[in-house]
Amino acid sequence: MSLENHPKDAMLHDRSIGELGALLDRGEVSSLELTRHLLARIEALNPVLNALVSVTAAQAIAAASLADRRRAAGESGPLLGIPLIHKDIFCTDGVRTSCGSRMLDNFIAPYDATVVARLKAAGAVMLGKANMDEFAMGSSNETSFYGPVKNPWDLGKVPGGSSGGSAAAVAARLAPFATGTDTGGSIRQPAALTGVTGIKPTYGRVSRYGMIAFASSLDQAGVFTRSAADAATVLQAMAGFDPRDSTSVDLPVPDYRAALGASLKGLKIGLLKEFSDGLEPRNAALIEAALEVFRSLGAETLEMSLPNLPLSVPTYYVVAPAECSSNLSRFDGVRFGYRCEDPRDLMDLYKRSRGEGFGAEVKRRIMTGTYVLSAGYFDAYYLKAQKVRQLITNDFRAAFERVDLLLGPTTPTPAFAIGAKIDDPVTMYLNDIYTIGANLAGVPALSMPGGFIDGLPMGVQLIGPHFAEARLLNAAHQYQLATDWHDRVAPGIT
Amino acid sequence: MSLSRQDVEKIAHLARLLISEQQMPVYVTSLSAILAFVDQLAKVDTAGVAPMAHPLAGQTQRLRTDEVTETDQHDKYQANASAVQGGLYLVPRVIE
Repeated sequence: MSLENHPKDAMLHDRSIGELGALLDRGEVSSLELTRHLLARIEALNPVLNALVSVTAAQAIAAASLADRRRAAGESGPLLGIPLIHKDIFCTDGVRTSCGSRMLDNFIAPYDATVVARLKAAGAVMLGKANMDEFAMGSSNETSFYGPVKNPWDLGKVPGGSSGGSAAAVAARLAPFATGTDTGGSIRQPAALTGVTGIKPTYGRVSRYGMIAFASSLDQAGVFTRSAADAATVLQAMAGFDPRDSTSVDLPVPDYRAALGASLKGLKIGLLKEFSDGLEPRNAALIEAALEVFRSLGAETLEMSLPNLPLSVPTYYVVAPAECSSNLSRFDGVRFGYRCEDPRDLMDLYKRSRGEGFGAEVKRRIMTGTYVLSAGYFDAYYLKAQKVRQLITNDFRAAFERVDLLLGPTTPTPAFAIGAKIDDPVTMYLNDIYTIGANLAGVPALSMPGGFIDGLPMGVQLIGPHFAEARLLNAAHQYQLATDWHDRVAPGIT
Repeated sequence: MSLSRQDVEKIAHLARLLISEQQMPVYVTSLSAILAFVDQLAKVDTAGVAPMAHPLAGQTQRLRTDEVTETDQHDKYQANASAVQGGLYLVPRVIE
């Protein structure tokens, strides 16, 4: 199908969620037309980008028709009839949920994740499932069983990971929003490298039920959009208490949209010494330019230090693999998932199903976790890391007694070449040096487009105290009213 | 911390992972590099610090009352299994 068949809809994919909602409300476009337009766009662009691993066209048409009927019956809502793409880590009833792994290549989820159910109830229309690093373990989307995702800004570059398909899809205007998960930066890092806005809420703010577990004390669901205002709309529908997730927090969800008008006068923003030390000069200049925008909006900025923050990456690479080795022990080749051919005995069934079903990086992390949890090493690695994690968390708590938000880079560099770091795990892990701290402390953080290096987008990260999503979103929104980095589109993606 | 091939074989066994002969040296090298990297934690003074139990201070695991709340969806769940018979999961013979 050629895009030229839809001249009337030619720019529909460039519209924000807010604009699309207005068009739908006025009857200028139907959800069905919008959905067909984006499905055609996916058909045209996905073979190049590899951003989606499943396209659920028939379900999307049915969901769009339902949304149109609901609207015709007098219902209204900011996501009613708005298309989205789900990261393939969220269980979708009756639809393959692969988690980017051969292990789950044949897995048809028997129920909806709470995130999926809530967005469905709000009337959002799922177009398909996004490619991702296998079991969300990766920072480049190269560990997926389905092959790497290409960065829309440069097809030779990675989009970041692990939610690389979601980020690339929003950057390429395949959908106005996509879900993601962030365990060590997996929303913010790809958002930065593809020039979109991504928010990781406070740990426990969004339900983890039906979200395939990687590291349960760090995992949190969030969203990719093209603006902070759109992120506020989507997070409103995703957030809230869920009795099915034992770490879901039972606190009321504030009105994120209503918070978007607040002035930043007097807002205190901290710049971390640990983030600016050794920062590449062009990256440092972008951060200074962002601080200058916030100062012009009335915010005060001050330098401060979180002395234990440099320990984030080694702490994470004990805690996350430990939890992963435990969570992934459920994949045994018996009840669901990949099973090897002709097992000799039960041990052979386990070992070969897991050895063949998991990719190299997942096996590496399971083994790291198995080692740090094993008798004789547990105290030296796992307990020690949980103590250092407490020190890092204490640093954040002390910082938020002095400032309202922290600001810094999202990543050390722009998107790197596909293949450049995949053979060196420790170098790859250091991509997440600026994002992991927020996961360890459970605080919310957001990445928004803040400029370019070598023609590739860079992100500015905002970190807030627990449950300060409204403050983060408003600060990003005010920044986006004053700048236009978030409106830039990858050349060739029109 | 440097791991030997024997160490990695033992870890792979504990994790129930078959690692091919060809891949084994790659894991010996990369796991040793990861452990050398995280070894910097050993130098941190954590005297008197309790290991963190939950990302949110004061939060504890919620318990629900012990009541049946789920309906029986046996057939739907078993549709994902590789080998079932008569509602049972099939595995290689365990007891001779």
